[in-house]
Amino acid sequence: MSESLKAKVTELFNEPGCDKNVAKGEKERKKGCSKPLTPGAAAGGCAFDGAKIALQPIVDVVHLVHGPLACEGNGWDNRHAASSGPTLYRLGVTTDITEMDIVMGSGEKRLYKAIREVIARYAPPAVFVYSTCVPALIGDDVEAVCRHATDKLGTPCIPVNAPGFVGSKNLGNKLAGEALLDHVIGTMEPEVSTPTDINILGEYNLSGELWQIRPLLDRLGIRLHACITGDARYREVASAHRARVNMMVCSTALINVARKMEDRWGIPYFEGSFYGIDDTSTALRAIAQLLVKQGAPADLLDRTEELIASEEARAWQRLAPYRDRLAGKRVLLYTGGVKSWSIVSALQEMGMVVVGTSVRKSTDNDKKKISDLMGGDAHMVDNIPPREMYAQLRRGDADILLSGGRTQFVALKAKVPWLDINQERHHAFAGYDGMVTLVRELDRSLSNPMWQEVRNPAPWEVGDIDAFLDDAPLLVPIS
Amino acid sequence: MATIIQRRRAVSINPLKSSAPLGAALAYLGIDGSIPLLHGSQGCTSFALVLLVRHFKETIPLQTTAMEEVATILGGSGNMEEALLNLTRRVKPRFIGIASTALVETRGEDYAGDLKLIMDRQPELAHTRVVFASTPDYAGALEDGWARAVSAVISSIVLPWSPAVTPFRQVNILPGVHQTPADIEALKDMVESFGLYPVVLPDLSGSLDGHVADAWIPTTMGGARLEEIEQMARATHTIAIGEHMRAPAELLGSLTGVPLTVFPTLTGLAPCDRLVALLSRLSGNAVPGRYRRERSQLVDAMLDGHFHFGGRKIAIGADPDLLCALSHFFAGMGAEIVAAVASTGNSPSLDAIPAETVIIGDLTDLEDAAREHGAEVLVTHSHGRQGAHRLDIPLMRVGFPIFDRLGTAHMLSVGYRGTRDLIFRVANLFMGQMHDHVPADFADVLPAPIVEESSHVSPPATH
Ligand code: SF4
Repeated sequence: MSESLKAKVTELFNEPGCDKNVAKGEKERKKGCSKPLTPGAAAGGCAFDGAKIALQPIVDVVHLVHGPLACEGNGWDNRHAASSGPTLYRLGVTTDITEMDIVMGSGEKRLYKAIREVIARYAPPAVFVYSTCVPALIGDDVEAVCRHATDKLGTPCIPVNAPGFVGSKNLGNKLAGEALLDHVIGTMEPEVSTPTDINILGEYNLSGELWQIRPLLDRLGIRLHACITGDARYREVASAHRARVNMMVCSTALINVARKMEDRWGIPYFEGSFYGIDDTSTALRAIAQLLVKQGAPADLLDRTEELIASEEARAWQRLAPYRDRLAGKRVLLYTGGVKSWSIVSALQEMGMVVVGTSVRKSTDNDKKKISDLMGGDAHMVDNIPPREMYAQLRRGDADILLSGGRTQFVALKAKVPWLDINQERHHAFAGYDGMVTLVRELDRSLSNPMWQEVRNPAPWEVGDIDAFLDDAPLLVPIS
Repeated sequence: MATIIQRRRAVSINPLKSSAPLGAALAYLGIDGSIPLLHGSQGCTSFALVLLVRHFKETIPLQTTAMEEVATILGGSGNMEEALLNLTRRVKPRFIGIASTALVETRGEDYAGDLKLIMDRQPELAHTRVVFASTPDYAGALEDGWARAVSAVISSIVLPWSPAVTPFRQVNILPGVHQTPADIEALKDMVESFGLYPVVLPDLSGSLDGHVADAWIPTTMGGARLEEIEQMARATHTIAIGEHMRAPAELLGSLTGVPLTVFPTLTGLAPCDRLVALLSRLSGNAVPGRYRRERSQLVDAMLDGHFHFGGRKIAIGADPDLLCALSHFFAGMGAEIVAAVASTGNSPSLDAIPAETVIIGDLTDLEDAAREHGAEVLVTHSHGRQGAHRLDIPLMRVGFPIFDRLGTAHMLSVGYRGTRDLIFRVANLFMGQMHDHVPADFADVLPAPIVEESSHVSPPATH
């Protein structure tokens, strides 16, 4: 990788805001966060994937991927980051470089032309240009092309230098954050600015979750200046440095952005979550407190408490009918990072039993929170190989699996209910309203009469067909 | 003959094609006890895996050699070796099919040679059959990757003809990448009903037909069996479907001496007649009554359906052979192919497409052409949904990937029955769009009267 990228990656591994890093020794830290991969036994996306996840929700720009077809071709339009207007971000745009470009070294030229073509066709406020492995390997200088294009064409071209092979999705999230810090945030001034402006970092508006939060903020007179990056417009992100408070929602994904915005512009940040009733209330309180500290009118605190009280009451009232139906049901939670503890507490609020929760991607802080919630770490699991998970589910160790798409069929083939709580999910689970949705979906899934039917073996598999036929009251006996 | 237009643009907006390694992985998935292994970075595999799962709604065994930056620069044979050993130890597959990606091909090493060395020095791998296909993403698309993988399997697994081979009433079938499990099942059924034994390579109808097994198996479950692939020389004939399968079929022919027929498509009355006649000749059996009946049902469907096809304007975007098959189907029923876009240009099928021009391009080219010519339906894979929405015309989903519909594996479009059902699908789509007539529909019944303003022509003088 280029020297500048190498420096970036090392710097990210030293991120002081990341508690996982702080706990490490000097030597360990040097090695970085990425675990060595095992050929033939690896899974998970690349850094480019991570960068794309983090930036794609900026809805009014073109996201242009410089590389051979597969990087973008196999992955575009695959998430449900929702937009309240522009749809430009949903295009799948790639230079689709050919053997010729590689042999002739014409990749940079092709990239420049590609940038020119998309600007001519769509006139976007900016173009985000992603590097991938092959251009990185043959030495295409994406940053230089972007500089040149920005000068020549007058549209900001943002280089996102996160070729897949430098590391994991998580690293890619952070490199995306670096691209925002280096080239976007602070480059424009907002049209309006109020003492109650906040940014939310690491929220991607999957299935429209942002719209479960925004009304709460609106009610309190808190202005969401920029969501980074869910349903964001370029201008909002570029002027995000004028907000008063940053809230970071997805664990450590954009921690570098939060910390550097504090360094550069003195914007305090806190880490919170909008999953679960308690967490939502805690987050609203924290926003209000920080805003008041930053000079917002003090009555915000009381108004926040009022809203919390009424919304919590309303949520519990909506949840009440489900409590009886769900209490005691056993859940296996298989997801990463911040979602684990926030969902654990949410499920416990319903009287459900969490029989296991994965802590694969969790920080020590996350683990501590889970351990506090579950009374010890007995049920924290690391990686469960699919075969093992299948066996557990077949045995009936859990009534339902909550996980991402990768393990969907482990549950379904074991004939156990499954609910998607990862990026590809179709339901919005944020805020008080989202909790009600989650519980409703859990109930729908668990109470579906289909489960019993599919678990029954075919009658001839279990022996006596005559008994089976005689038992069937609807059939007229054959005499 | 269609004029072929190669779009000269630096950017592809909304790609039509899927990458070659994905096609290769798909082919390897049609072999029993198999794990496809992409030689490249883990990210490429992750994207491919997600897409395959979204299409088939099944677990897909797919692994990666997990090349990171240093390995890429130093050379990838160590990772390949490690991956093979790890897979063999952990999941004991019977077969591993390797497909290279752009990343490792950019370095241009001799991976096939490396593989041979690895197999020679690792006794642990003795019970696993391993093949390698070179499928850089920057050359070709799904059809090419699929065909190359099939060729790789043929050249390393099939036993060449020898005097010891006992001929058998066997027919080899080499389906193209767009035959669904249901299509393959129907073909097998057909071959069997003539008293012949079908050996299908690759056979997705066993592995990706969507079934629930009684245990968790980390490899494919079902598909072409290695023992049968070895014995392909026993067949009396090989049937390949689509131009992209010509090369693998010819390779098989040269190894085994088995004669072959390449069918450009098996959708439509005429191609089905040819297939049935061929099977009848090969078997020496009369055409079973069942197919006479199915043929008659298809003829009836064509009679009932043609009202809805005649003059309809169709825009199709697909890989070359699928594009060829579909455009002949539509044109054969009286529709007009107003936009034909192919994912790649390296196929002889394109010349035969019944359209004025064939564009080698992406979904944006398809959308633009469909708009320009007033297409009434967009025929392409699921990624066409954004374009169809903008055009405000229905999308008929074909090819790969189809991720926003269920039952893709069971969609049948070959044989008399498949063609019949396809006619109904399309006709129903159009019938769903039908609107009640209003006076505005007849606005041009009479030409508008010409109002002369500036010059007044006096009527001819009468005497
Ligand atoms: S690992 Fe590299 S080549 Fe593969 S998808 Fe990611 S960026 Fe593209």
